[in-house]
Amino acid sequence: MKLYDVELASRLLLGSARYPSPAILADAVRASATEVVTVSLRREAGTQRSGQDFWSLIRGLGVRVLPNTAGCHSAKEAVTTAKMARDIFHTAWIKLEVIGDADTLQPDVFGLVEAAAELAADGFEVFPYTTEDLVVADRLLQAGCRVLMPWGAPIGSGRGLNNGFGLRALRAHFPDVPLIVDAGIGRPSHAVQAMELGVDGVLLNTAVAMAGDPVAMAGAFARAVEAGRAGFEAQPMEPRDLAVPSTPVAGTAWLA
Amino acid sequence: MHIRVNGVSHDLQVARLAQALEVLGYRQAAVATAVNGVFVPAGAREELLLADGDALEILAPMQGG
Repeated sequence: MKLYDVELASRLLLGSARYPSPAILADAVRASATEVVTVSLRREAGTQRSGQDFWSLIRGLGVRVLPNTAGCHSAKEAVTTAKMARDIFHTAWIKLEVIGDADTLQPDVFGLVEAAAELAADGFEVFPYTTEDLVVADRLLQAGCRVLMPWGAPIGSGRGLNNGFGLRALRAHFPDVPLIVDAGIGRPSHAVQAMELGVDGVLLNTAVAMAGDPVAMAGAFARAVEAGRAGFEAQPMEPRDLAVPSTPVAGTAWLA
Repeated sequence: MHIRVNGVSHDLQVARLAQALEVLGYRQAAVATAVNGVFVPAGAREELLLADGDALEILAPMQGG
């Protein structure tokens, strides 16, 4: 998979939040075989400098980072946060989130397009967290995005793909644009479904971090993403309503 | 002068942003800064003059999804 001219062997992108411990986060990243880990920026609480320790751990994993603008509710906030992220993480990549609804964490797609245009013009390589809306997707591409990240379901909900039809339509409309399903994936089977639709990759966090065994789940998702992609490339059969015997009828014994 | 650092008031006897970061213990830290909501790149901290009542945000790497 190629994202902004970067060739990646793994189609799984992994979040770094909500793990039981830094050691489990590190083991999960290794087990997932991901090459891209999402990170964020926050005020550092107290004098413990936990952010510095976290950054040291991530750098030690040898992965690419994809900073996000989580928590931003306006284009202005998101643009400023993106610039601050570039200053720390030294990458042009930014996972652009502009949240429009507190309950569903649904993107504010109007603010998203506005921020994407400003950031792309400033040299950022924008990964917009968006809905499956085709018109919004088109506006994001016009704004300079070269990757789209439609949600599967609300962030952290683990509901899977709420709108498979919408994702299929998005794939069909933009066959050459990398699509990453971001958010809502709860189980490896959801990742398989997304990949079988023909999306290029999956970004998830909570499904691994909050699993009973995050490291084992990271491995399970790695295999699920590979299986779903292999299934898509193998061109699955079309479903039909009536049964068709798989064993040849010709030569059946007359035993009645 | 009084500077609000990440929402908490501090009495800092410094003139420039770089000095404020030094006094606050962030000299070697990987942090990003904004003053009064405006991003200040690392390369501009030596020059940026703070004023009484400024709001300084110091952000650090953190876990994220």
